[in-house]
Amino acid sequence: MKKILIIEDERVLQKTLGDTLRKENYEVFSALDGEMGLKLLESQNFDLIILDLLLPQISGFEVLKRIKENEKTKNIPVIILTNFGSAENVDKALELGVTTYLVKTNYSLPEVVEKVKKSLL
Amino acid sequence: MKYSKDIFYQLNIKRQCEKYGLSLWQCPQFLFLVMGCFIIIVSVVSYLLGIRFIVDPEIVALIVLIVAAILFVISFIIIKNFERLAEVSRMKSEFINIISHQLRSPLVNLKWSLDFLNLKKAEIDAEKREEYYSILQDNIKRIIELVNDITLISRLQEGENASIKKQKIVLSNIILDLISQFKFFADSLNIKIEYDIASDLPKVLADPFYMRLAIENLISNAVCYSSKNGIIKISLKKENNNILFKIEDSGIGIPEEDQKYIFQKFFRAKNAFNKKTDGSGLGLFIAKSIIEKFGGRIWFEPKKDKGSIFYFTLPINN
Repeated sequence: MKKILIIEDERVLQKTLGDTLRKENYEVFSALDGEMGLKLLESQNFDLIILDLLLPQISGFEVLKRIKENEKTKNIPVIILTNFGSAENVDKALELGVTTYLVKTNYSLPEVVEKVKKSLL
Repeated sequence: MKYSKDIFYQLNIKRQCEKYGLSLWQCPQFLFLVMGCFIIIVSVVSYLLGIRFIVDPEIVALIVLIVAAILFVISFIIIKNFERLAEVSRMKSEFINIISHQLRSPLVNLKWSLDFLNLKKAEIDAEKREEYYSILQDNIKRIIELVNDITLISRLQEGENASIKKQKIVLSNIILDLISQFKFFADSLNIKIEYDIASDLPKVLADPFYMRLAIENLISNAVCYSSKNGIIKISLKKENNNILFKIEDSGIGIPEEDQKYIFQKFFRAKNAFNKKTDGSGLGLFIAKSIIEKFGGRIWFEPKKDKGSIFYFTLPINN
């Protein structure tokens, strides 16, 4: 079973996305902030990371940077799921090696699940 | 180095105007430049006219100086007002940006929760369905509260407002009423509310509806951010020519680096996110705006162990 880590501070989104992905037979872990997410990444192996950019402790970009600097985690595909859709943020995320950048308001839950499936192919 | 960079930035009129999002002819910096050129031209013209019709060069110089000074003062006043308007307009757009961001979260929550409920109906059990209906309700409530707060802020930021009526009020009645309102919620969390409210305090000049709202925000924060079995202490007393309100909680406290921002719009301390996720970050800003509207002052002190103490004063109405 593929393992997915959701780093998202909005509990409802964490829950809706988590519940839906579990229904699709993925093993889902959640972290409310970057620090918690990085700790989980250290202790376990994941196949995909879904990361929000606006996080309470360390910013999403900083978390992304640390993921890409770490030998253990640098090859895990990362999907950015955020409310910030500025070109500047998209470019910055792509430069840091993000495969998919999704603006929450533009996607329905089934569409996000489709993107997850594609990223795990 | 930083100073010279600032000067260059100030001289870059195009960039300054872009900051306000205004066209050149609405931009205070550009208008200041135009006014400067106008003053120089008027000064030269008055000099030329002066030397033609007035013989004494000292009088000519004096007239030119007076004309330039008057024009400078007038243009300075006009430009300053323009600058204030431009700043207000910039702040409004920034406010709209933040609001739209704040609204997006509950809206996405609604959208995705409905998406989940619509996935495969047969596979969602009754308990889960209930859970999601409650998420829908919470998020609709969150949107309504946010819209109400925004309307309130907009009313408070207007100068004179017919909906804000100042009258002589007894603060102790409002506070005692609010304490009994919060008691049930506090009891459910095993939080004790202790109070010392003097009953014979002089009246203050304020609007009871808005004052109730300001105090409600302070008590609500104290209860919501307190840990179970915590104690909240509320007091109201006379101090010099003011009424002093104090609320002390044994909550999570405010991290040192966040303390200077807590009365700002949409600011939420880092540790607040983990405690109460649906806060809009407007409660303390609203409380501050209300207290200041009625001539008072609001501030806070961190407690040495855990928690915070919030104070406000309101002038006694003689």
